[in-house]
Amino acid sequence: MSESPPEQPRHVETRGAAPEVGYRNRARAAWHSQSQERRWAIVIGAELLLAILLGLPDTSLGIGVALVAALFWLPKVTPIPWRLVAEAAILAIAGAIAGAGKAPWSLPFVLAIAFAAWWIPTRYRRWAIPLLVILAVVFYPFYLQRLFEMPLFGPFPDQSTAVVMLVFIMMAVGLNIVVGYAGLLDLGYVAFYAMGAYTAAWFASLQFAEHTWHFGAVGVSPTLAGFHVSIWLLLILAALLTAMTGVLIGLPTLRLRGDYLAIVTLGFGEILPQVARNGDNFFGTGFNLTNGPNGITPIDSPGWGNRISDATGGFLPSNYLQCCDRTLLGHQVSSADVFFWTALVLLGITVFCSLRLRDSRLGRAWVAIREDETAAAAMGVPLMRTKTWAYATGAFFGGIAGAYYGSFKSATFPGDFFFNISVFILCMVILGGMGNVWGVIVGAAFLSYLDREGLANTGSWINSNINIGGWHPNIDVPLYASGIYGAIILIVMLFRPEGLIPSRRRAMEFHEGVHDEPLYDSTGS
Amino acid sequence: MTTEASRHPLASLPRLPSGAGSVGLLFVALLLFWLAVNFVKTPADFVEVFLIGITTGCVYALVALGYTLVYGILELINFAHGDVFMLGGMVSATLAVSWGLEAGQASLWPLVILILLISMAFCGLLNATIEFIAYRPLRNAPRLAPLITAIGMSFILQNIALAWKGPNYVTAPDVLPTGDVFSIGGVSYTWNKLIVVLITVPVLLALVWLVQRTRQGKAMRATAQDRDASAIMGINVNRTISFTFLIAGALAGSAGLIYALYVTTVRFDQGFQLGLIAFTSAVLGGIGNLPGAVLGAVLIGLVQAFNEGLGWHTPGSDWTQSIVFSILILILVFRPEGLLGEQTPEGG
Repeated sequence: MSESPPEQPRHVETRGAAPEVGYRNRARAAWHSQSQERRWAIVIGAELLLAILLGLPDTSLGIGVALVAALFWLPKVTPIPWRLVAEAAILAIAGAIAGAGKAPWSLPFVLAIAFAAWWIPTRYRRWAIPLLVILAVVFYPFYLQRLFEMPLFGPFPDQSTAVVMLVFIMMAVGLNIVVGYAGLLDLGYVAFYAMGAYTAAWFASLQFAEHTWHFGAVGVSPTLAGFHVSIWLLLILAALLTAMTGVLIGLPTLRLRGDYLAIVTLGFGEILPQVARNGDNFFGTGFNLTNGPNGITPIDSPGWGNRISDATGGFLPSNYLQCCDRTLLGHQVSSADVFFWTALVLLGITVFCSLRLRDSRLGRAWVAIREDETAAAAMGVPLMRTKTWAYATGAFFGGIAGAYYGSFKSATFPGDFFFNISVFILCMVILGGMGNVWGVIVGAAFLSYLDREGLANTGSWINSNINIGGWHPNIDVPLYASGIYGAIILIVMLFRPEGLIPSRRRAMEFHEGVHDEPLYDSTGS
Repeated sequence: MTTEASRHPLASLPRLPSGAGSVGLLFVALLLFWLAVNFVKTPADFVEVFLIGITTGCVYALVALGYTLVYGILELINFAHGDVFMLGGMVSATLAVSWGLEAGQASLWPLVILILLISMAFCGLLNATIEFIAYRPLRNAPRLAPLITAIGMSFILQNIALAWKGPNYVTAPDVLPTGDVFSIGGVSYTWNKLIVVLITVPVLLALVWLVQRTRQGKAMRATAQDRDASAIMGINVNRTISFTFLIAGALAGSAGLIYALYVTTVRFDQGFQLGLIAFTSAVLGGIGNLPGAVLGAVLIGLVQAFNEGLGWHTPGSDWTQSIVFSILILILVFRPEGLLGEQTPEGG
């Protein structure tokens, strides 16, 4: 709902066709030729109509839609005192709903905090709002039970779901380095995820039962067969192994142009899961690497061991699975909580590295290559080396995420690594905004929540609430998940290619067009 | 303006060190040795499998030509193409079932031809619509943008098929005659395989005639070579591109019918897999090159058939996908212009 001045699409280069290509630009031009009042009236009218339509079968959904729409319009209420009045009105409505027992009191409470955050002076907002968000996420398990239920999407995710979401956010942030920063389309990211998960599986399970070797593993008998290495070491090992795989895949293929690179990565993304599926008996040699379609399970769970646990006064639990018999701020700490906080720390490291890398010399080289390979090479950016680093870094974080997920789920199956997952993660990056870490985090959180719970809840809402003249739909919404992601990809790329929360630079590239003609003669390194 | 040879998107890739070439030759030599041993051990099986490979290759060729046509004109990998083919197969199977086609029925062949035409028209229009919705608005965007929408489109088409037919196989009636055309020394060539070739070859000839001999084909070749210049020369570039997508879709539609009748089962997710194999064929032959796509498709068909049919040291059908993708990667690394890639796109 951001109102930009009527802009003419500027094209650096028009190839053959007229600058106003297709229905999309015609629609955009028609939209911007309307007066601002008229556009606002149309949008408000559409939102009201939507709220009423959705409110007919389910009143809470209608109110929810109206509420969200009102939140988006708030910044437009210009004289500051009026905004205060508007916020008070919204709070009063939310309070009335809560008072009537239709929603928990957390609804007006959350709104009040959000409004308060909005009033923080610009000078402090830069660090105050991230701080508020981090606090809200860290203390999530404490207030989860009291949260209101979202209309249409259902309840907020519990801790186990949140762990999965965090893992997918990590992967999306990792893929963002490859796709968003360096502009290399990677359609086989799932291969790195698989690599990480199988590394954890090989070195922390009964898979190689002919050897017995323990190193820092917790929660398993010291005589148990197989490799059992501490998960913390395995996270690093998985990351390194995966990064090496990334380099090995990248070295021969990164010389190729963008779309060929995409198809080669897709090829690897299809080959590795097939190796995992058929790897229980390599060409009849009887060597069992991956245990085939049955997968490897159980995988040891993480833990810090008794010594570290005692030294920190039980702050770091000795074994995540048998955690924890203590309460914190009146909250019984569960095993899922600990997994959640650990995933949060891992994500924090990933985001920190990603941001620091973006601003580093290497990161600027990535952006330069993305925008114009020829110019970057002319400026002395070594193309091959820079691209390989992007690949290795993206793979590194994919490996950590995969290993942690394997340990959390205590299993890894070849069926988890379909091409769909690659596109799913790509969809997160595109929806959130390629190149912008915060956008990617939001996109990934939203989509992975949809994937785990949201779609199923939405489906049951549709099936139980929609009644058109006696006709009830009976749609298995999660079955069409991939189609929904496909539609999201298509719509975002067509109408807002820079994503929901764009990085300013990337948005400019999409709207002005870039020269990315192929360049092969300058693959220096 | 660059010269014709370096105009090809991959032609001017720096050569790998000369050692790589001998490794490639060694690899080919090993492959030939493996084929020879298999031939000596079981000659009858070998010829039988060879014939199966040619038949599969024909289906791949029709799909691969669609990739190559589109790539030649837009330099875009149309990921949705395999799913257009799959929808063609589903439409054909549905029509064949609802019209009650039976083997040996008198009106069988007119009906098959009719279904072929309907399937071609359907897929052609579908493909042109996809171009209009998903690719044309992005013609001036960074080149990865249409590639991403192509993937989105592919998923949407798969889910349309899923919503239409559900997650199970759609079965088409088994109407092609399975009697022997000839049978020599234990090797039998059945009619259904011959019919696949008999449908494919005229379609291919019609395509060659269209691209080489007609005014529209000339416009396609011109647009593929230089879009700006052809626009100046009065060619309607947008319409030519739409027409190319129409033709590519029609080829996929014919492949869909052949697949439905020959294999008799179609499922919503088969198009994507087969599309990737067909794309590999197009790259193997040299993308943008029409005869190359056919050659590559036949070779890939043979590779698949040999891998799944021969007895001596074969990885087996579990590994077909991996082998095909390994070929794709090896080709892209060692000879990215493909086997016949030195020619200009569109065979011109």
